[in-house]
Amino acid sequence: MAIIKVFAVLLPLLLSGYGIAAASSESSSGASGNMAVTPAVEAVHGGVEAAPEEEKAGAVIMHHILDNHVFSFEPFGSVELPRLSLPAAVPVLGGLDISVTKHVVMLWLVSALLLIVFSVVGLKYKTLSSRQAPKGLANAIEALVDFVRLDVAKSNIGHGYEKHLPYLLTVFFFILFCNLLGLIPYGATATGNVNVTLTLSIFTFFVTQTAAFKAHGVKGYLQHLTAGTHWSLWIIMVPIEIIGQFTKPFALTVRLFANMTAGHIIILSLIFISFILKSYVVAATVSVPFAIFIYLLELFVAFLQAFVFTMLSALFIGLATAHSSHDEHEAAVAHH
Amino acid sequence: MLTSGIILLAGSLLEPNPGLIFWTAVTFVIVLLILKKVAWGPILGALDEREKGIQSSIDRAHQAKDESEAILLKNKQLLAKADAESDRIIREGKDYAEKLRADFTDKAQVEAKKMIASAKDEIEQEKRRALDVLRNEVADLAVKGAEKIIKTALDADMQKKIVDTMIQDLSTKRN
Repeated sequence: MAIIKVFAVLLPLLLSGYGIAAASSESSSGASGNMAVTPAVEAVHGGVEAAPEEEKAGAVIMHHILDNHVFSFEPFGSVELPRLSLPAAVPVLGGLDISVTKHVVMLWLVSALLLIVFSVVGLKYKTLSSRQAPKGLANAIEALVDFVRLDVAKSNIGHGYEKHLPYLLTVFFFILFCNLLGLIPYGATATGNVNVTLTLSIFTFFVTQTAAFKAHGVKGYLQHLTAGTHWSLWIIMVPIEIIGQFTKPFALTVRLFANMTAGHIIILSLIFISFILKSYVVAATVSVPFAIFIYLLELFVAFLQAFVFTMLSALFIGLATAHSSHDEHEAAVAHH
Repeated sequence: MLTSGIILLAGSLLEPNPGLIFWTAVTFVIVLLILKKVAWGPILGALDEREKGIQSSIDRAHQAKDESEAILLKNKQLLAKADAESDRIIREGKDYAEKLRADFTDKAQVEAKKMIASAKDEIEQEKRRALDVLRNEVADLAVKGAEKIIKTALDADMQKKIVDTMIQDLSTKRN
């Protein structure tokens, strides 16, 4: 249900995005891509005059969702973020554009927040004896940590789950804080950017593959790719299994990115309904109540998607490390 | 091909941005390493420790329960043993008392019989002595009568009368 809704909202925006991109690249040549969008924003904020308003609404929504080289605090002004690129001397990545964009700033804010919160909590735990109960922030964090530890990691990975806990906990809180900071005014959702979710999924992919290699060895890993079938089926099974290894992180990427983007698009669309219809009645009866409802839903989704990403990562690690030799043996017995 | 793909997707939601991927990777790895050292170590350590503490507390409680149950069983056994002991002592006392009583009654009966026997003997002796005394008295009286008869006259009728009256006297005297 939810996925269908998300795609119903996303599909037109994905398509309109191409149109805007084409228009902006025509009007402004290359470097200052944001210049084309800014007047449109001002037009909407300063009162609706120009003819194709729907298109402008789409442009403003895209401007809010997409990454940008300017961190804007309308109407108080904006901060131009530095444009950097790696020196050409660096191998492989030489000359890569590593400009600090809005989403990079958000990532750093999230990281700073994470480091502050968890240093405080960690320090509390260092001074806490085992006979004292944790209070306040430490208690709140502990509930989440214990949830990830037992219900996500232990129940999905099983034996040897402790090794993967630091990764799972970090990815959970990283995504959670990203999601929550995106709900704050002037904030941006870094997890609503496909590049960020892709990177996180790639980490999960590497962790999963490493765990599989460690659990089964090279021979066991290759055997795993045949899924225990007869050798004549290998020509079909092996490509399917290899594709399967990549669809898992792909699904993670799209799920998180789409969920976080969709919520913001819905909120902005609801707000823009009142601008397009130029009606206070619509604003009071439709836009604001529904936007608030979606906002509260987004709060829930922020937790839910952080949980789902962590849960699926744990599940993939669990599947990769599970000792399937038992199942295979049973299958072989049944076959003969 | 990569750059053409980037241009195709530029401005859309799927816009690739290698710089952002680079920064995400760097930021995430640094956060992961710092948090692993600063937070996850102490927190997970504390959780593990507490879990073990709770488990050991539960184990100890179970152990204490088992111990107390064993002690209770032992106490019950001791109590039963003491009960049996006291029962035995009471029974023995009763038996002893019974035996003692029987002994005493037997002894008393024997004593009484003895006393009765001795009393009978004494009565018999007294009786015999009394008879002896009576016999002597009678003999004396007879001798005295005979003396009187001889003294008065040797008249047969007289003598006969005398003897008769004497005997009459004797019988009245005796009665």
